[in-house]
Amino acid sequence: METLLAFVVGGLFSVAVYLMLRRSLAQIILGLGLLTNAVNLMIFTVGGLTPGDPPLIAEGSDTPPPVYANPVPQALILTAIVIGFGVLALALVLAYRAYYMVRSDDPDAMRSTDQLGPPDPN
Amino acid sequence: MDVLLILPLVIPLTTAAVSLLLRQQRHLQQFLGVAGMAALSGVAIVLLTVVWRDGIQTTNLGDWPAPFGIVLVADLLSSTMVLVAALMGLAVAVFSLASVEGERNAFGYYPLVHVLLMGVCGSFLTGDIFNLYVWFEVMLIASFALLSLGGERGQIEGTIKYTALNLFSSTVFLVAIGALYAVAGSLNMADIALALQGDVNEGLVTTIAVLFLIAFGIKAGAFPLYFWLPASYHTPLVAVSALFAGLLTKVGVYALIRVFTLLFVRDVGYTHNLILVVAGLTMVSGVLGAIAQVEYRRIVSFQIISTIGYMLMGLGLFTPLALAGAIFYVLQDIVVKTNLFLLGGVTQALNGTDRLSGLGGMYRKLGIGAACLVIPAFSLAGIPPLPGFFAKLALVQAGLREHEYLIVGVALAVGTLTLYSMAQVVAAWWKPTAAPSSDGSRGPARDTLSRQEKWSILGPVAVLSVSIVSMGLAAGPLFALAERAADQLLDPGQYIAAVLETSS
Repeated sequence: METLLAFVVGGLFSVAVYLMLRRSLAQIILGLGLLTNAVNLMIFTVGGLTPGDPPLIAEGSDTPPPVYANPVPQALILTAIVIGFGVLALALVLAYRAYYMVRSDDPDAMRSTDQLGPPDPN
Repeated sequence: MDVLLILPLVIPLTTAAVSLLLRQQRHLQQFLGVAGMAALSGVAIVLLTVVWRDGIQTTNLGDWPAPFGIVLVADLLSSTMVLVAALMGLAVAVFSLASVEGERNAFGYYPLVHVLLMGVCGSFLTGDIFNLYVWFEVMLIASFALLSLGGERGQIEGTIKYTALNLFSSTVFLVAIGALYAVAGSLNMADIALALQGDVNEGLVTTIAVLFLIAFGIKAGAFPLYFWLPASYHTPLVAVSALFAGLLTKVGVYALIRVFTLLFVRDVGYTHNLILVVAGLTMVSGVLGAIAQVEYRRIVSFQIISTIGYMLMGLGLFTPLALAGAIFYVLQDIVVKTNLFLLGGVTQALNGTDRLSGLGGMYRKLGIGAACLVIPAFSLAGIPPLPGFFAKLALVQAGLREHEYLIVGVALAVGTLTLYSMAQVVAAWWKPTAAPSSDGSRGPARDTLSRQEKWSILGPVAVLSVSIVSMGLAAGPLFALAERAADQLLDPGQYIAAVLETSS
């Protein structure tokens, strides 16, 4: 199962990077969204997969059973999903605003802040 | 549970929440902004004195014992950084009294600034690697909104680049955290440091270290990952870019210093030499970019990158003296860079432009106040009685002691080029006023500041300039502080003992 998920994570990473290298804001943002999901799946996988073993301590016992699902990666992913969602929403608003002002979806059309200003009149 | 460590997070959060409620009452919001920053500075002073007297302080949040819950840790480095950040927040809050117009206040300038400060203080104080990610995000989200506040085309374009690259860096950071968790089985930095001292897959750990270097390198603005910085820092409000320039990249540097002194110290020959190479290239590319620019804020943006190189040089050399030099460099550079951007606001208010050709006649307009402009510029260039000189001196000495002549040569050459670049700026201030050009000028030129502006705009610049001079004159005691902080960093045992023992 871990091997399969490793390939899934790898596939998601490559698709995300491909999207982020495109010359379109919408695809860059889709790429970012996919990238955060790839990372979430990766954290889930590295935590170890133990199907059907809840992280519960049996009644009358003080320690968890020898094999139990690691709850920490799930807590991390939950946090990361929430943050990723909020940031993605903000990025979408920003991209819409940029499209509204520049009238283009092409990042190459948004170079004014990188270029040197017009040459000095003196 | 020690309240002192939580206050630097609670105060900005409370101020942000209350000032959001007061968004209709501009004056109350402004008063609260200054009061909140002053309270934060007061708490930070108490925190630093306690850490100086009693050693590393820790707090287990929610009383969860240390390796399991989130822990806040204040050692000398982090408490000093919190103090400097709070003082810069105070200076910027006073500066924005007269420089941030009402319309922008309505869009939540003050709440966002406090959220940003909370993220910065949280990043300095946390002892948990995933919590560090969360504080980075808090800081980033506030900074996205602050950057685009005003909604001009340049700002939106800058914010797009800033957002895309910083989000990418956050995901790299998250990958590194996931991999580190897989290796060490913990998120508590002290606990991870212990695990990494044991029997681990060294190649994997070095790979993770490089992932951290990439993630924090983007945040810090290191070569070749800095392109978001000069694309965005000259676009927002002056107060916002001053705050960013002083604090955001330095949080990246702080994170690099933290993980490369506490966690990744086994393969120093590879990782720290890599940092040294990056440091040299960062210095050179930053200063060359600065020389090519003709607008004040763009010049200073590139200078930020160049100075990041010096800080990384101290980390890369990895000796007590070099690390102390790097810490001293960070501390004084926060003040210098904030001041350089704030005074850019003064010259912009007077001349209506940011272009060097239109910035002349500052002495005629400001009188003796013009000296306040020159001090930070000269400190950046490394002129002797000012702290920038002592920081460079310590780094060069440390490099010579390690026989790293190449990086020392690069540092000295870049120092000369920085002097050239800042001399261009100072010369532009002294020249007679050029005839206002039809293009490129944004507003009308004036001869004097209004009374309120004198207090609120020139005041913080003057106070920061005076403190730069006194940092230079008191370089001895300050350097002793930096040395003690460096000793603490180079002996991770102290940190680990402080974090893990309080739990038992």
